[in-house]
Amino acid sequence: MPATRLMPTEEGQDLIDLTREICQKELLPQVDEAERRAATTPELPRDAFRVLGRAGLLSLPYPEDFGGGGQPYEVYLQVVEEIASVWMSVAVGVSVHSLTCYPVAEFGSRAQQEALLPAMLSGDQLGAYCLSERNSGSDVASMSARATADDEADPTAYTLKGTKAWISHAGHADFYTAFVRTSDDGGRGLSCIVVPGDAEGLAFGAPEKKMGLHCDTVSEVHFEGVQVPADRLVGTPGQGMAIALSALDSGRLGIAAAATGLAQAALDRAVAYAKEREQFGRPIGDNQGLAFLLADMEAAVTSARASYLHAARLHDAGRPFTKEAAVAKLVCTDNAMRVTTDAVQVLGGAGYTQDFPLERYMREAKVTQIFEGTNQIQRLVISRQLLKNSSSLSKRG
Amino acid sequence: MNIVVCVKYVPDAQSDRTFNESDNTTDRVGVDGLLSELDEYAVEEALKLVEAGEGEVTVVTVGPDQAADALKKALQMGADKAVHVKDDAIHGSDAVATSLVLAEAIKKTGTPDLVITGMASTDGTMSVVPAMLAERLGLPQVTFASELSVDGSTVTIRRDGDAASETIVATLPALVSVTDQINEPRYPSFKGIMAAKKKPVEEWALADLGIDASQVGLDAAWTKVESFTKRPPREQGQIVTDDGDGGTKLAEFLAAQKFV
Ligand SMILES: Cc1cc2nc3c(=O)[nH]c(=O)nc-3n(C[C@H](O)[C@H](O)[C@H](O)COP(=O)(O)OP(=O)(O)OC[C@H]3O[C@@H](n4cnc5c(N)ncnc54)[C@H](O)[C@@H]3O)c2cc1C
Repeated sequence: MPATRLMPTEEGQDLIDLTREICQKELLPQVDEAERRAATTPELPRDAFRVLGRAGLLSLPYPEDFGGGGQPYEVYLQVVEEIASVWMSVAVGVSVHSLTCYPVAEFGSRAQQEALLPAMLSGDQLGAYCLSERNSGSDVASMSARATADDEADPTAYTLKGTKAWISHAGHADFYTAFVRTSDDGGRGLSCIVVPGDAEGLAFGAPEKKMGLHCDTVSEVHFEGVQVPADRLVGTPGQGMAIALSALDSGRLGIAAAATGLAQAALDRAVAYAKEREQFGRPIGDNQGLAFLLADMEAAVTSARASYLHAARLHDAGRPFTKEAAVAKLVCTDNAMRVTTDAVQVLGGAGYTQDFPLERYMREAKVTQIFEGTNQIQRLVISRQLLKNSSSLSKRG
Repeated sequence: MNIVVCVKYVPDAQSDRTFNESDNTTDRVGVDGLLSELDEYAVEEALKLVEAGEGEVTVVTVGPDQAADALKKALQMGADKAVHVKDDAIHGSDAVATSLVLAEAIKKTGTPDLVITGMASTDGTMSVVPAMLAERLGLPQVTFASELSVDGSTVTIRRDGDAASETIVATLPALVSVTDQINEPRYPSFKGIMAAKKKPVEEWALADLGIDASQVGLDAAWTKVESFTKRPPREQGQIVTDDGDGGTKLAEFLAAQKFV
């Protein structure tokens, strides 16, 4: 059953209808086979992104002036959720692409926005977000990839050296939104630089062999002396950490929405199966022990959706939403893990086979608890937000 | 070149389709509906022709309030304007009456160079409206086009039959119905969705077209559905378990049914 949605605008509803149509007609027929193939031979379904791009679904949350859809997160995220309910890897790709456009859209100069955004938001391009390194995952500030200016005082170009790890779309992206060290100042020494996809000295590792989400191809990105003009540095030198964290606030909402779509898909399959499968002479769903499992799954999916939509509305209203975004990422992805696991349970042996997509959903859910900040890191963000201001209650004493 | 495309709002084939108990007409209210998929090919072909040259695409529908959704979809795909003929008296109309209403509506839009329709509707699947409409408009009818090109004052189509493919030429203005082989209909884009909101949709009633209510509707229909019965659910087939003699059992089954 498609999720009940209350869209804030008529165009928002039209967008959901369009997304559902494209998902049913274009994505659904290929997802099973594409994921199965990519498990042995990783391959990014570039055509699927082209279809979404042509329909305008790759640039929804960005300004119309630059070719975006001018949509609030409340709408954009529900589109991501709908895509995820049919093809998780592609929904993650849409979210990652949005993330890669974020630094220029939010922190870029007007000149950078005019030079870069129209192509990034055209629907033809796909970006990659280069933050993590082998030795710098959760601990972003410890990264070592470096950009050196040709002239410290008045740089005209930077030379990038180092390696990024687990980078989605590596080797396929049209541009790489990279975070690199420009000084030894720990977290204050990072900068954000947008590297063109055809830059010389850009090389890629072999695709990682992963547990799931196979069509989200991931590999190392090597900067082997990549030269980039200085006007590709977004914001100011040293602002990189702040930009990365701000981008992740928004990006993790995309992951929260995608995880919710995945959980919805698992729930729908489980409910359908529970009505049809008979044991002991009646549908298995007639047993309260199983029906309550389904009820808990529904409660998990619905409350997950509510939590990311709450954060989205704060975002759209221009209010702080860091804590709520972290809560949403935590709640939606933990719920997705539980719901997909329970969905396998509902299908019994069938759920454990590749004849049904449930075992795949379960493998796909796992990564949502890891990327864009592990769920331990989300708790770190939430608790720091809770504890950062001295509480007025304790003062009253 | 100005093109009119006739489009129909039909019940979604994915959902449960039923009839109204009271008058045995198709239930268009209680089910989800959409632009007939076969009409998407007609809209696409019109858009391609206009994009390659100049002119306007007008989409026309005859149907209840919800039929506005079919027009909206066509406008989102890129049609320039829309006409919605709706009137309670039209309910229950047969193909003869529908073609009358469509013909008068098309005349009122002006004098199109080309009228394009789908090859059939996905609900009625009669394929007769295009022919009746051409007759009423006095236009050459070239139906079931799997390929279409316009050159100056003529339109050329290819019609694929079982035994041969025909190439047919007609002078413009003409009416063409197109098959699902002719193109790959586009999806609306988000920009198309936004643009569609500003496109004009005219709403006409029978009186605006000079048609008397007695000429249309269930009472004027030449044929009527007397009764309907739901198709019985399919029965489960016979399962042959293979205990080493599966082949023999299969052959016995086929022989019993006189298949071999
Ligand atoms: C499929 C996939 C796609 C990815 N795509 C991208 C991408 O496009 N771009 C990109 O930059 N990165 C990407 N990543 C990397 C991802 O963001 C990192 O894997 C993630 O941030 C965790 O870093 P790590 O793997 O080094 O784990 P670590 O940081 O080594 O963490 C290991 C464990 O320790 C825990 N831990 C660490 N620090 C603390 C702490 N302070 N308190 C409590 N627990 C802690 C973690 O929660 C985790 O359980 C991707 C990863 C995967 C799997």
